Amino acid sequence: MAELAIIGAGPAGMAAAVLADELGLETVLIDEQASPGGQIYRAIERAEPRTPLGGDYLAGQPLAAALRVSHVDYRPSTTLWHVDPEGVLFLETAGRSETLTARRILLATGAVERPVPIPGWTLPGVMTAGAAQLLLKSSGLVPEGRLVLAGQGPLLYLAAAQLTRAGAVPAALFETTPLKNYLEAMQPVASLWAGRWRLIKGLGLISAVRRAGVPIRRRLRGLRAVGRHRLERVAWEDGELAADYLLLHEGVIPNVQVSLALQLRHEWDEAQLCWRPSLDAWGQTSLGNIAVAGDCGGIAGAEAAVLTGRLAALDAALWLGHIGTAERDRRAAPIRTALDRERAFRPFLDRLYRPARSVMVPAEDEVIACRCEEVSVGTIRRATQFGAQGPNQLKAFTRCGMGPCQGRICGPLVAAIAADRLGKSIAEIGTWRLRAPFKPITVGALADLEVPDFASEPAT
Amino acid sequence: MQRYDAIVIGGGLVGSAIAYGLVRARLRVALLDEGDVAFRASRGNFGLVWVQSKGDGAPHYQRWTRHSADQWLTLAAELEATTGIPVGHQRPGGLHLCLGDVELEARHGLMERMRVQSGNFGFDYRMVDRRELTDMLPGLGAAVSGASWTPYDGHANPLNLLYALHKGFVENGGRYLPDNTVTEAMAAPDDFRIRLAGGEIGAPKVVLAAGLGNADLAGHFGLSAPVAPLKGQILVTERVQHVLPMPIATIRQTVEGSIMLGDSQEDAGFDTTQRPAVMQTIARRAVLALPWLRDVQVVRAWAALRVMPPDGLPIYDQSERFSGAFTANCHSGVTLAAAHANLFAPMVAGGALDPALELFSAKRFDVSVAA
Amino acid sequence: MVEGRTVIVPAGASAAAALLAAGFASIRQTPVEGCERGPYCMMGVCFDCLAEIDGVANRQSCMIEVRPGMRINRQEGARVIGRPLPFPPREAAEKQV
Repeated sequence: MAELAIIGAGPAGMAAAVLADELGLETVLIDEQASPGGQIYRAIERAEPRTPLGGDYLAGQPLAAALRVSHVDYRPSTTLWHVDPEGVLFLETAGRSETLTARRILLATGAVERPVPIPGWTLPGVMTAGAAQLLLKSSGLVPEGRLVLAGQGPLLYLAAAQLTRAGAVPAALFETTPLKNYLEAMQPVASLWAGRWRLIKGLGLISAVRRAGVPIRRRLRGLRAVGRHRLERVAWEDGELAADYLLLHEGVIPNVQVSLALQLRHEWDEAQLCWRPSLDAWGQTSLGNIAVAGDCGGIAGAEAAVLTGRLAALDAALWLGHIGTAERDRRAAPIRTALDRERAFRPFLDRLYRPARSVMVPAEDEVIACRCEEVSVGTIRRATQFGAQGPNQLKAFTRCGMGPCQGRICGPLVAAIAADRLGKSIAEIGTWRLRAPFKPITVGALADLEVPDFASEPAT
Repeated sequence: MQRYDAIVIGGGLVGSAIAYGLVRARLRVALLDEGDVAFRASRGNFGLVWVQSKGDGAPHYQRWTRHSADQWLTLAAELEATTGIPVGHQRPGGLHLCLGDVELEARHGLMERMRVQSGNFGFDYRMVDRRELTDMLPGLGAAVSGASWTPYDGHANPLNLLYALHKGFVENGGRYLPDNTVTEAMAAPDDFRIRLAGGEIGAPKVVLAAGLGNADLAGHFGLSAPVAPLKGQILVTERVQHVLPMPIATIRQTVEGSIMLGDSQEDAGFDTTQRPAVMQTIARRAVLALPWLRDVQVVRAWAALRVMPPDGLPIYDQSERFSGAFTANCHSGVTLAAAHANLFAPMVAGGALDPALELFSAKRFDVSVAA
Repeated sequence: MVEGRTVIVPAGASAAAALLAAGFASIRQTPVEGCERGPYCMMGVCFDCLAEIDGVANRQSCMIEVRPGMRINRQEGARVIGRPLPFPPREAAEKQV
């Protein structure tokens, strides 16, 4: 029985675990990867000082080091597949399932890339920009051949710079930011000013990419991936280019798979165009023993994730009786100041890199919406005519969301398509009912499960 | 007020099958349904078109089920031809596996009883011994002693069935009205009016097919539908290449290749949370039957509420107080879909249920009447 | 070993990376339509990187670290378990005896 179980060993999870441990909480940190860092700091313990991934990446090393010297019960290669309302976590590791009871749970499951449903996006050779970064981080490899990056967002330029430094200079970078975004982004002037150093750094990154000889095309429309059995060309409204790899990126969104399965209250964030759990200032959710920290509660970046992780640890310490309110608030004050600074730049970024409508609702019927089950946008549209009023009925009628990814990739798409067709807002359309197992688990592991005494016995 | 020939309350497998049968008989029908999130037993269905276990001590239920299973072939073909949606119906017969000799003997006893009770109608079954079973099913577990087999059993895709029925309904001119819960209704003989958010609708006939919702609704229409929830959980595996030649009562392989494991029963009220203890029981029994399932991955699972009448048999009724009001309730929405579309709906269209369905009336729960 | 050929990758590389390094942009054929697919997200979310690893199919190759001697193969369609249909008829079996 642990006091605090943290799901996810990215910046939020690691920071929360280390602080919780310092405050005397019995803490377990569960993560499905084999080493700490999450995605942003993936394979950070193996990173070389002169890594092409840059200084921001290396900032993750002290976090991982602190975790290792702490007394946190760190469980790598462990997958969470169910949580009982009473606080029993069902874990799977090496084909075996086991349970862990925790008085309090902190979800720090991070972010996932927003799906970019262009025609041909399922072709081999088309990946997310984040995927290329992960390849570089964990395997030290870069894609071989002609590489094109397309989309928008800070990560796109960062990836371009990192790949260039690693020796894989992209053949082109296509920016999809619509013109009106620039105008919208200028409006929150305070945000622009607050993030001026970030802006300068970003502009520096862009010019570094340009200096490396990467042609940059702006306001690209009609992006398509073309090829028979793999990517052969990248096409757009005004032209095409031969390519072996296309890296797409239209921002990241919170990974709400577990929080939705727990039926926590969520809200639709219109500024970031994503679902996120409803939280108070400490990350507390609608269920008393569950809190959220980091990007899975709303996109704010790695530095903010560390800060919200620490706030959640402080609140957990109060909740579990280790410290009093005064001490919690005192320790939180400088963290909040730093967090406000981190978050100040967000409105600018959210407006500048707001995905174009075609990213949310593809125009072409033939585009695949559900990759796992190969269900097209057209099939989903047609199903709304014959009785499917939302994602759950759409799933029943078209199989979208029934594949192994359980709707992680297609969820936002299906909701947007349904909303568009039925004349409702995405908030009204809602999300699907997610269920255990959160990740696949063998029949054998289920059969061998040892369920704790107070979980209900079946009547069969 | 919008007028129709019939209003069907409930767009699940029961309601949509009846509504489909009614529009096929050229009635103008309104089908009321709730929204995207509702109990929806139809979405939790295992997909068996199962005959062999139905109606021990109630031969009329076995007969009704057999009629439905026979009609299923034509319904499936018709739905696929008109809507283009394949309902994946297969009828290779079905096996009910037994673990140990005691179970096998009891099963044999049940099958014999069913045969005797069926009289001239007949009930064809075979007890399959372990040796023959090992040839039929790859990698059979050592604990399996044998099985009962009948030619009547099969399976289908319950979600495609629901979609096809809805599509067929709309394409035949039916009016689908979702996001509605019936709270204001007025009942008089051959005159029913229901107030909805979008306005009032009326019809001389109404069919209550709202699943668990029927329990509260029935009284307003001079009917009784004492159904209660019975929770069941199902596990679905990754797709594997085809290995199972026919459905086993608690294990079936779909046309897509995934294997479904199920048949748990929990008295849990209206709670639909999954219980790992139950998932474990399902998994354990499956592994006893087919040990090679151990290494197969479960990719999806859910819990749903069956619509269960007190004795497990369907409730079909017409109101004596308000002629024109009917109700249909059962937990086998897939198996009985053909009976509902091809037999029950025409009865409703004609204004009266067949005397053969009287044994399914809710009056059977009236102890004083039974005495 | 990727599809029978030996491939050397840096320590810590994933099986998906090994497949890409060996020149396979496509790792599997989908079970529904038989379309070619390769890794998309590299973080265990998309399940497009399913490959057969050490004889076991449907494994997320981006989540599995390469070990010396690991056998990595592409996946064609659905997983194979036991004997696929149709079974040899009983009469034929008796003749063989």
